[in-house]
Amino acid sequence: MHPAFSVIFLTTLIGVGQGLFLALFTGQSYSAVELLPSQDSTHFYGIGGFLALLFLIGGLIASVFHLGHPERAWRAATQWRTSWLSREVIALPLLMALVFVYAMMHYFAWDTVLFTSGTGARLQASLVVGTLGVIATFALFLCTGMIYACIKFLQEWASSLTVINYLLLGTASGFFFATAFSAWAAPELMRFYGIWTAIITLAALVTRLASLIRNNRIKHKSSIQSAIGVRHTKIVQKSQGAMGGSYNTREYLHGAPIWMFRSIKWVFLVLVFPVPLALLWLGLAQGSGALLLAGFIVQYIGLLFERWFFFAQANHPQNIYYGAV
Amino acid sequence: MTQLALVIDLNVCVGCSACVTSCKEWNTSGPAGAMSDDNPYGKDPTGTFFNRVQTYEVGSFPMTETVHFPKSCLHCEDAPCVPVCPTGASYKRPEDGIVLVDYDKCIGCKYCSWACPYGAREFDEHEKVMKKCTLCVDRIYDESLPESERKPACVLACPTNARLFGDVHEPESEVSVAIREEGGYPLMPEWGTKPANHYLPRRKTRMHIHEDELVRADNPLKKEERGPSAPVAEPTLDDSTSW
Repeated sequence: MHPAFSVIFLTTLIGVGQGLFLALFTGQSYSAVELLPSQDSTHFYGIGGFLALLFLIGGLIASVFHLGHPERAWRAATQWRTSWLSREVIALPLLMALVFVYAMMHYFAWDTVLFTSGTGARLQASLVVGTLGVIATFALFLCTGMIYACIKFLQEWASSLTVINYLLLGTASGFFFATAFSAWAAPELMRFYGIWTAIITLAALVTRLASLIRNNRIKHKSSIQSAIGVRHTKIVQKSQGAMGGSYNTREYLHGAPIWMFRSIKWVFLVLVFPVPLALLWLGLAQGSGALLLAGFIVQYIGLLFERWFFFAQANHPQNIYYGAV
Repeated sequence: MTQLALVIDLNVCVGCSACVTSCKEWNTSGPAGAMSDDNPYGKDPTGTFFNRVQTYEVGSFPMTETVHFPKSCLHCEDAPCVPVCPTGASYKRPEDGIVLVDYDKCIGCKYCSWACPYGAREFDEHEKVMKKCTLCVDRIYDESLPESERKPACVLACPTNARLFGDVHEPESEVSVAIREEGGYPLMPEWGTKPANHYLPRRKTRMHIHEDELVRADNPLKKEERGPSAPVAEPTLDDSTSW
C-alpha cells in the first residue's frame, strides 16, 4: 500500500494522546489508593490532560488531509454497525470530550471526593470520568487496529497482532511523553512512568517483532492464476490498461526502491526501541527532563518510520493485476 | 432475486478497447459528472476509468497465447467494499445487485478501494470521490431507448460479442446458460466475495481426423460412378491392382 502521511500522523499522534491519558489516569489511580504521592491537580493532571487533548486534536487535523470531502465527514459516523472506520470516527471525538472534561475538572479544581474508604482510599469524580476515558481509549485503539486488521485479503494486516501493536506502540509513546512531562511537573513520578515506559516498549518490541516474523513467512493466497483464471505457470503481463499509470498504480504500491523499503525496517527498529530506551535510562539516571524529551522525540520519529513500513509492507492482491509496473 | 452482471468471453475478446472508450464516453457524459483526466493528450495520460483491458502473454515462445482481459467492477454478491464504507455512500442495490457509490455522500477516504481485492474502484482526483462501474444503471432502465439498447455501453460496443449482460440468478438467461455451459468462472474465488461477473475461458476448437479419412481405399472421386462389380467372394480390384 502507498503510505499516506495524513494517516501516518493521525495514528501516531492519537497514539501518543491515548497513551498519555492512560499514563495520567494510572498515576491518579495509584495515588488514590496512596501507592504514589498525589500530584498538583492543576499543573500535572490538568496541563497533562490538555496536552493529551492537543495530541488527539493534532491527529484529527491530520486525518482531515486524508479526505477528499472533509466537509461531509459528519456522515462518517452513520455506519457504525458495519464499519470500523465509522466506529473510530465516533470513538475519537468521544475520547476527546472525556479527556477535555477530565482536564477541566483538574485544571479548575472542580473535582470532588465521592467516597472515602476506611483505609483512606479516595474515589474522586475525576476518576469516574477517567474510567470512562480509559474505556474510550481502549475502544479507539481497537477501532484503529481493526480498520486494518479486518481486511482479510491484506494478509500482512489481517492479524490480531495489528491491534496489539497499535495499542502497545501508542501506549509506549504516551507513557514516554508522560515520563518527560513528569520530569518538570512531578519529579517524584518520573521513575514510576519511566519503568512503565520501559516495560511497555519492551512488550511492543516483542509483538512488533512477532508481526515482522509472521509477515516474512506469509504465503499469499492469490496468484496471477486465480486473478485472471488461466492455469499456466508462466503468465506475463504485457499491458495494464493505462499509459501514464492509474489510481491502481498510485494507491496500492509504495513506489520506494527496495533498498529504501528494507532499510526503513531497520531504521524504525533502532529508533523506536534501543535508542529511546537508552535515552530513557540515561534520563532517569541523571534526572534530566531534556534527555527524556529527546528520547520521546526519537521514539516518535521512529514510529513515523514504523507506520510508513506498516503500510508499505502490506501487499494488496490487486497488485497482481499490475505486475508490469 | 435479481443479480445483474456481465459475462466476459476471453475466447473471443480481441483487446480492441472499444468497451473502454464507449464506457468512458457514456459515463463521462452522464448526470453524475465527468470522469476526469490528466494529460489526456500529453506524455503520461492518466484518468478515471470504470473499465480497462489488460493483456497477458501465457506460456513461453513459441508456445504462447495472448489473453486480453477486460477488468471492471465484478458487482460481488458479498461485496467487501460495502460494509467498510463509513458513510453508507457505497451500497449494493437490493433490487438488481448493482454495487454503486453515492457521489454526494462519499467523503473520499478511499477505504472501500482498500477493501476491494480486485482494484475495481478508482478515485477521481478532481472530484475527490470514489468511482466505479455502474453497469450503466442510467441506461439499462431508460425506457426512452429502444429495448435492444437498454444494455451497458461496453456490451453494445463490443464488436466480437465478447460481453454478455443479464441476470445471473435467472437460470435460463443468456448469461446463466453461458456460465453453465461454457465453463464460466469467477475471479479470485479464494476470498469468498462471490463476484457476479464471470469470465468464460479460452476454448480450443479441435477437429479430429482419422487417417482413414485422408487415405481411402476406395478413391472417393470415383464413388459416384458405377464401379467395377465383381463377385463378392473374389478379391476386389483394389486388392489386386495398384492403380
